[in-house]
Amino acid sequence: MSTAHVVGDTVALTDRSLRHILRSPDTIITTAVTPVALMLLFVYVFGGAIHGGSTASYVDYLLPGILLITIASGVAYTAYRLFLDLQGGIVERFQSMPIARPSALWAHVLTSMAANLTSVVLVVGIALLMGFRTGASVLAWLAVAGILVLFTLTLTWIAVLAGLSAKTVDGASAFSYPLIFLPFISSAFVPTDSMPTAVAWFAEHQPVTAVVDSIRALFAGEPVGGDLWVALAWLVGILALAYVLAVRAYRRKVG
Amino acid sequence: MSATSGPAAPAVAVRGVEKSFGDLRVLRGVDLEVAPGTIHALLGSNGAGKTTLVRILSTLLRPDAGTASVHGFDVVGQAAEVRESISLTGQFAAVDGMLSGRENLALIARLRHLPDPGAVADRLLDRFSLTEAGGRRASTYSGGMRRRLDIAMSLIGDPPVIFLDEPTTGLDPQARNEVWRTVEELAGGGTTVLLTTQYLDEAERLADRIAILHEGTIIQDGTLAELKRLLPPARVEYVEKQPTLEDVFLALVGAGDQPAGKDPR
Repeated sequence: MSTAHVVGDTVALTDRSLRHILRSPDTIITTAVTPVALMLLFVYVFGGAIHGGSTASYVDYLLPGILLITIASGVAYTAYRLFLDLQGGIVERFQSMPIARPSALWAHVLTSMAANLTSVVLVVGIALLMGFRTGASVLAWLAVAGILVLFTLTLTWIAVLAGLSAKTVDGASAFSYPLIFLPFISSAFVPTDSMPTAVAWFAEHQPVTAVVDSIRALFAGEPVGGDLWVALAWLVGILALAYVLAVRAYRRKVG
Repeated sequence: MSATSGPAAPAVAVRGVEKSFGDLRVLRGVDLEVAPGTIHALLGSNGAGKTTLVRILSTLLRPDAGTASVHGFDVVGQAAEVRESISLTGQFAAVDGMLSGRENLALIARLRHLPDPGAVADRLLDRFSLTEAGGRRASTYSGGMRRRLDIAMSLIGDPPVIFLDEPTTGLDPQARNEVWRTVEELAGGGTTVLLTTQYLDEAERLADRIAILHEGTIIQDGTLAELKRLLPPARVEYVEKQPTLEDVFLALVGAGDQPAGKDPR
């Protein structure tokens, strides 16, 4: 019976957690505020010194990293919501009912995708107001969307793992701080060749740089090259690992 | 509700169930039978293992040893069928505070795959005198209303067996009376209720049979009258005084020798 109900149960539970978000739209706004503030700061305050050129072209340079920061701060709410569900006993109620077992987790994952991609659209809109321009083709836009969806999915499963393992509310969202910080030690704000050797080595070999470079090339209408495959390999690898660990943690937690 | 034993198969049958958390042996061989259509109270102090047993019976936890079946289905081997037959109302009312009462009910009806969840919700709101509050977020409800909503959610789909885990803990006397009336109505309608409680008067008022869980085993199981007979009949003094259930309980578990404040949950 389980498989027949997976879709229906997941839809019912996703509907529930989307209502949570619609009733606290501040979570989507808050998710967008920090990256937008960073974007304003870097473009209008640091931009001249960093980039030298026009502010508009620095927005173009900056936006991919800003979008990743948006998602990294947004998934903190996913961990937070899951933690509260577990703590409040509602997950136990669901698990003692004849519903498809993975539905409770997938509902949080789908809600996280919807909330974060809404924040991303919001941030892109503000970037357009700040002068972001792209000559990207429809296909390139689709590729950017695909990368961002995969990035959100990967970070969401890390968030699920964090929400499942946390002992306190603060602990549930603390995992996102290093994720938010990672873009700063990447090619997101300045080219890596301006960094000291050791830092540059780290920046060039961590996943954010490959993801940022891929998105930047797609927006610029340039050939993406090997970066895209490196980015995809990182994301799929981390996603698989986080998924396996999260599902295992879930089984241990709720039986 | 006098006949508590009959030819019918037990609604809940527990045999030799053991469960440990690390070194802590919470259940040490529990045996329990609950007859269909009765209210059976599981009485015990905090940390006696009541919640652990309910979690095992609701398929949330696997026993380390022994067997347990609910409505004829094994809780380990036929977990899906058990979940079809039960409903669990947790110690801390698991309602969704962000949703309205009506939305909470409709969600459970959808998850139980019933046609027309909205109508199911409206019927229950009416039955539990929550119609007026139905459109408000459950987080604005009083403790008694929340618990009523919680119990209403448990009834959706008419499960034949309901587990109520400390349904009146933290409620004021008035709200407690509301819950008691609800439970009595339930059993009147043929539902089997296994109720855990640490309140002796609750067991005395509601239960057809009372099982006392102490230090991981059921040390007594019987009707109130049977339990009372365990003590010597009232001593003849100037007035004749039957032992209350409280006397029986304290004599059986030994007043004051609680395990030192451990709570295995």
